[in-house]
Amino acid sequence: MKLPRWFHLLGSSPYVYRLAGRLSPWLGAVGCGLIAVGVFWGLVIAPPDYLQGDASRIIYIHPQTAYVGMQAYVVLAIAAAIGFIWRLKLAHAVAVSAAPIGASFTLCALVTGSIWGAPTWGTFWEWTDPRIMFELLLLFLFLGYMALRAAFEDRDKADRVSAILGVVGVVNVPIIHYSVLWWNTLHQGPTIMKFDEPSMTTDMLIPFLLTMFGFMVFFYWLLLKRLQAEIVDREQGTRWLHELVTESNP
Amino acid sequence: MSEFLYMGGYAPYVWSAYGITLAALVLNVWWIRRLHRRGLEQARNSVEQVDSARQATVRQV
Repeated sequence: MKLPRWFHLLGSSPYVYRLAGRLSPWLGAVGCGLIAVGVFWGLVIAPPDYLQGDASRIIYIHPQTAYVGMQAYVVLAIAAAIGFIWRLKLAHAVAVSAAPIGASFTLCALVTGSIWGAPTWGTFWEWTDPRIMFELLLLFLFLGYMALRAAFEDRDKADRVSAILGVVGVVNVPIIHYSVLWWNTLHQGPTIMKFDEPSMTTDMLIPFLLTMFGFMVFFYWLLLKRLQAEIVDREQGTRWLHELVTESNP
Repeated sequence: MSEFLYMGGYAPYVWSAYGITLAALVLNVWWIRRLHRRGLEQARNSVEQVDSARQATVRQV
């Protein structure tokens, strides 16, 4: 099978490094802009919920951080699979880059959810809630992936072994999504992603989608920046990196 | 304004959740920048080492 040209270019570290450098300012600006507008809309313009009052305003950040965490894991798993199958080092670099970012957003989702649960559910933490438990498992999968890598001296070996854990763990992502339908949980059912009209008024739906999209773009911005750092780390001693650092700082 | 900050009595919950999320975003950016900068510094240092080693050899010859 003849692979297209762009596939070969995506295997080239200098090309991907420069491409990420060119794309990331746009993603950063769009992500920050969407989050800023969405947060302002959510905190100032959107009405308070008739049951939860102003505590409902956490809905403009909590599901977003959880969603980014899950998306980061899907990116990690796909990149790890590509790296494992086609022995593409850059794909492993993407998986490595997604892990700490995903872990931080997942932790953030657990903490903001806990803060939200206190006034609305009457509890910070509920060990029997499936969605909380699978979200916690997601955090442990990210941390486990990173810990497993740290156990290997040899980077190629770390790439291949950690990729297996990364791919297997992806089963957890749909479980988190469907946990509210499969089990009885304190979490509410799907509000937006269902085959029906969203159960949210437009004044709440707009800021919700603005921050949701904003957090996603922000994540890809972070991912590209982290990937650049990862490429620099992996390419120490190569000619192109040598030329890059000498031309940018003569 | 104070009514806005009061958040209908939910101020500690709403503002701590927003504060923690903002901190997570900022820390991610800061930490990734630092990592990137250090990697480039390392590359630059190794370039300088190679250069000085090369000059030393030239001098010996």
